[in-house]
Amino acid sequence: MEPTAKQERGMTRRQFASCTAAAAAGFLMTACGPKRLFDMPRDRLRTLIRDMERDYTEKYGTAVTVADTPPIPGVKFAYALDVSRCIGCRRCVYACVEENNLSRDPQVHWIRVLEMDKEKGIDFAHADPYYEADKVPREKHFYVPVACQQCDNTPCTKVCPTGATRVDPDGIVVIDYDWCIGCRYCMAACPYGARHFNWSEPTIPEGQLNPNTHYLGNRPRPKGVVEKCTWCIQRTRAGRYPACVEVCPVGARKFGNLLDPESEIRYIIEHKRVLVLKPELNTMPKFFYFYGT
Amino acid sequence: MTRAVVFALAVLASPALSLAGDARPTPAAVTAPAERVAAPEGRVTVPAERVEVPPPPFSEGIFPCSNCHAGMEPNRERRVLTDMHTEITLRHDEAHRWCLDCHDAQNRDVLHLASGEPVKFEESYRLCGQCHGEKYRDWRAGVHGRRAGSWNGHKTYLLCAHCHNPHQPRFQALTPKPAPKRPTRFIPSKGAR
Repeated sequence: MEPTAKQERGMTRRQFASCTAAAAAGFLMTACGPKRLFDMPRDRLRTLIRDMERDYTEKYGTAVTVADTPPIPGVKFAYALDVSRCIGCRRCVYACVEENNLSRDPQVHWIRVLEMDKEKGIDFAHADPYYEADKVPREKHFYVPVACQQCDNTPCTKVCPTGATRVDPDGIVVIDYDWCIGCRYCMAACPYGARHFNWSEPTIPEGQLNPNTHYLGNRPRPKGVVEKCTWCIQRTRAGRYPACVEVCPVGARKFGNLLDPESEIRYIIEHKRVLVLKPELNTMPKFFYFYGT
Repeated sequence: MTRAVVFALAVLASPALSLAGDARPTPAAVTAPAERVAAPEGRVTVPAERVEVPPPPFSEGIFPCSNCHAGMEPNRERRVLTDMHTEITLRHDEAHRWCLDCHDAQNRDVLHLASGEPVKFEESYRLCGQCHGEKYRDWRAGVHGRRAGSWNGHKTYLLCAHCHNPHQPRFQALTPKPAPKRPTRFIPSKGAR
């Protein structure tokens, strides 16, 4: 056969076969291979977590456990906060810091308590998270703590280029720190300012590490990853209340299973005046604010 | 076509796989009986059973009251106490109420309802609920007040008196924890990384 004829046909049988094989191999490696934590074979995951536990234990000097507790079937978590009760004491902020091993310096807070004017109502433009007071609540003010709203229609997970963040079946928006590349697209996408970036190596004072951790939650984070509230995934997937719920001195914070008609959350939704933040964005938060009085 | 079939099979098989891989037992969805009292319509059935609460917050050495009161003749006359209990200032509808409206004159170690039925201090929520019915209903449903325990299991409640001093029930103001640090402006210098 003449070479010119070969060029006209464009591709030999051999070239076609190798291209097909390469495409198939590529598909197998990317689309079918293990991608995320729970797609991984269990024994590989166990090895990974064992190594992680060993490293943390060595680094922090206490026996650290890293759980991989999966979502509980038939459970979708929801949270409710009583705006009429919150007095802005910030107990929740610091309970969260201790429970979730947040960096003390640089300071990372997953919960921001916003002080607002009663006259203006819920108005983010005039909200102040840096208020100082001898005693709270202050006259003519009310307080709206804001953390991750755990949206159903999540702007943050949609922009993640690596798939490091996702919504788990129990409704918690989680981040796999090993997959996060620190591009911070999710922080730009989040309308609630709920995601926080580790600009430098997080510091936790010696002896203050909470050794009861979860892979997707409060395990020590490296520099250069984004982190956020997970509703204390290490506690709630084990059946407990989040730390902020238990610490709140006025009992303004409520947590439960949205799918259980007998839960506190359902009682609140059915009996109280309930609102979500920025409903016009259609993010469908599972974090509700209500007026208990 | 075959890919579609394989995909369909994978979708069908995935729930089974995920269940098989989930060896961890799920916490049983047990709820404290007290929580079930509140019917979805908001009606509360007769509170015959007790709710699990921590012991009432008595002042040191004040209980049992009968230690002092046993030998005393009850004086039912409404008056300002001058000999004892002077530290108590009543700011709780004080125009219409005084000690013996809630405390029992016969048995000093209990309270009593408006009907005269004695109520232990551990069940004082029944007394409070006589006037504050709406709050009582919310409290039983777990919406008013703080709870501890499991969101899907056993819970402990606090008594009204754990947070509200019964003699001055208005919630006391608290000192807030320190404010977050304001973000500092990053000033790049030579050699900064």
